[in-house]
Amino acid sequence: MNLILMAVISLGAIALISAAILYIASKKFAVYEDPRIAKVSEVLPQANCGGCGYPGCSGFADACVKADSLDGKFCPVGGQPVMIEVASILELNAEAAEPMIAVVRCNGTCEHRPRLNMYDGAKSCAIAASLYGGETGCSYGCLGCGDCVEVCPFDAIHMNSETGLPEVDEDKCTACNACVKACPKMLIELRAKGKKSRRVYVSCMNKDKGALTRKSCDVGCIGCSKCVKVCPFEAITVTNNLAYIDYDKCKSCRKCVEVCPQHTIIEVNFPPRKLKEEVLEMASIAEA
Amino acid sequence: MLKTFSIGGIHPHENKLSAHQPILTAAIPEKAVILLGQHIGAPAKPVVVKGDVVKVGTKIAEANGFVSAAIHSSVSGKVTKIDAIVDASGYAKPAIFIDVEGDEWEETINRTTALVSDCNLTAEEIVKKIAEAGIVGLGGACFPTQVKLCPPPAFKAECLVINAVECEPYLTADHQLMLEHAEEIMVGVCILMKAVKVNKAFIGIENNKQDAIQLMTKVASRYAGINVVPLKVKYPQGGEKQLIDAIISRQVGSGALPISTGAVVQNVGTAFAVYEAVQKNKPLLERVITVTGKSLAKPSNFLARIGTPMKQLIEACGGLPEDTGKIIGGGPMMGKALVNTDVPTVKGSSGILIMTNKESKRGEVRNCIRCSKCVSVCPMGLEPYLLGALAENVDFERMEKEKIMDCIECGSCQFTCPTNRPLLDYCRLGKSKVGTMIRARQAK
Repeated sequence: MNLILMAVISLGAIALISAAILYIASKKFAVYEDPRIAKVSEVLPQANCGGCGYPGCSGFADACVKADSLDGKFCPVGGQPVMIEVASILELNAEAAEPMIAVVRCNGTCEHRPRLNMYDGAKSCAIAASLYGGETGCSYGCLGCGDCVEVCPFDAIHMNSETGLPEVDEDKCTACNACVKACPKMLIELRAKGKKSRRVYVSCMNKDKGALTRKSCDVGCIGCSKCVKVCPFEAITVTNNLAYIDYDKCKSCRKCVEVCPQHTIIEVNFPPRKLKEEVLEMASIAEA
Repeated sequence: MLKTFSIGGIHPHENKLSAHQPILTAAIPEKAVILLGQHIGAPAKPVVVKGDVVKVGTKIAEANGFVSAAIHSSVSGKVTKIDAIVDASGYAKPAIFIDVEGDEWEETINRTTALVSDCNLTAEEIVKKIAEAGIVGLGGACFPTQVKLCPPPAFKAECLVINAVECEPYLTADHQLMLEHAEEIMVGVCILMKAVKVNKAFIGIENNKQDAIQLMTKVASRYAGINVVPLKVKYPQGGEKQLIDAIISRQVGSGALPISTGAVVQNVGTAFAVYEAVQKNKPLLERVITVTGKSLAKPSNFLARIGTPMKQLIEACGGLPEDTGKIIGGGPMMGKALVNTDVPTVKGSSGILIMTNKESKRGEVRNCIRCSKCVSVCPMGLEPYLLGALAENVDFERMEKEKIMDCIECGSCQFTCPTNRPLLDYCRLGKSKVGTMIRARQAK
């Protein structure tokens, strides 16, 4: 009995002394932290993806609180609504930013781009790219080992086993930039999502001359400049035998899609085109 | 007790199938394609244009910078275009295309086989002549030779080390070159000694080439200061740092240049090319190349013009066997698989190795079992299992601290790994990433 009592008393005494030390320490060595950091942190998505350019969400919250304005600071995961909330906490103005999405600029599927050799090394695009140009004749195209799939923190990009190319899930992609950095061929670009998610882009990064491109891929950009001539908004430029559409200037008229002889320019999320006859028919109905 | 390097090393099967096959002169190709980037450093700048008529030995591209090398036409004919061609790595690279007509040589080149042993040129004149001839290290790295012969003023060369170990399995080009051109090589070594102003030279030959050791020792006895050093058979003895360690027992520190030990290392093939350039005015336009493989009808050694399509050399050995799984440019350890056989030979092409389907397959990759075999075989004293794991986890800063830049990419770790881990692939990736990081830091 005495033994138990002794134990209770001694442990209790230790507990009391420790509590006293902890209390004093917490008062004496307290570090003041801006309470707004915690508040901002709370509204952030806590994905810690680093897409904002800061180390995790708390790093971003800290930077937002310390900054005088929110210019150049954007949480790609939360998007505009989260930034407005952050702005209201800090009593600043949120920069209006267009929603972006990752776009894979290679359409060299197995049928368009025949495989000439087989890669059996470590399953990593970075390693494959450090060794050689890839399984096909196109040394600019997708290697298909899925480094982008590996790094995506949002499960938003997946390999399509039929085409051998990665596909971006529109609803899940937050434009965090992780896949853009991971792709050794620099195939992935963040582009404006566009109105109703409708976009037009050049799905190729091949800078070889036209003849060489044509040999290696059926849908590679040959730099013929037909799209440049047809574009009414001067949104398209061709450098190094490769066309590029500036998404800020593009009005999604899709004239370039029609003229592209290689079907390299791709339109997404547009309703199916009406055939010419149908258009005429509708016009005649309207007239009547 | 034979000499060898002190740490690590492996013993792959030698498979020297083409040993003692005389060097055959390969047919001149109908169309030669000469790449502009055949060496380490900046690609050469073409000095010919479409339509120009060139002879064998005409300079077609000049060195473009300090670390660069001139390139000469290996055939006579007409330049049809200067355009991109897919090289052995699958990337399009600029090259000069020549349609061959006849075989007309530049008059300045002495084409006789008579030995010219006297050389009255000064060191500077020799180096200039070597640079003019576009000679690069023929062991495979293709570092411009003239740069290596002019070490930074802080270092002083004490001896010349000739690399004749040919530690790569399968390859026999250097071995056969020594058997057929021992005298010429010795004159070349003397010229190189004069160029770096030393009076000592060591020729390292692995013990599996007894006939070459005997012949070279006999010939070397007539030349002052040249010693032949038989070495124990061990891979990667042909690595510059390993060879210095093996022969003069000095170690190159981490990140230091090999010249810091006082040794200038040159390949035996380079010594022969130097002889031809200095004594016979013949630029580097052809080289000995081994075409080999277990399934190949007749593995051979060829003297082939640079720019010959690899396909042609394989045809000359009896054609591509049906069950070919991989075609490797170089030896099986350091070589790289070719994307196709249309690619032309370059100055650094030491061999073409045909592997059957079965041989070429990599084993299934399993988890690391911590056996530390890779650590014990690494000739640079690194920890490949750790480097592999770091690369897999994208921790390149830590890789730099673990001295990834010391890796010589010999592949001993991957060769010895019982769980088939792609350690060399990871090390290569790490090296390229850390190299980029270091360059970015220096640029700041």
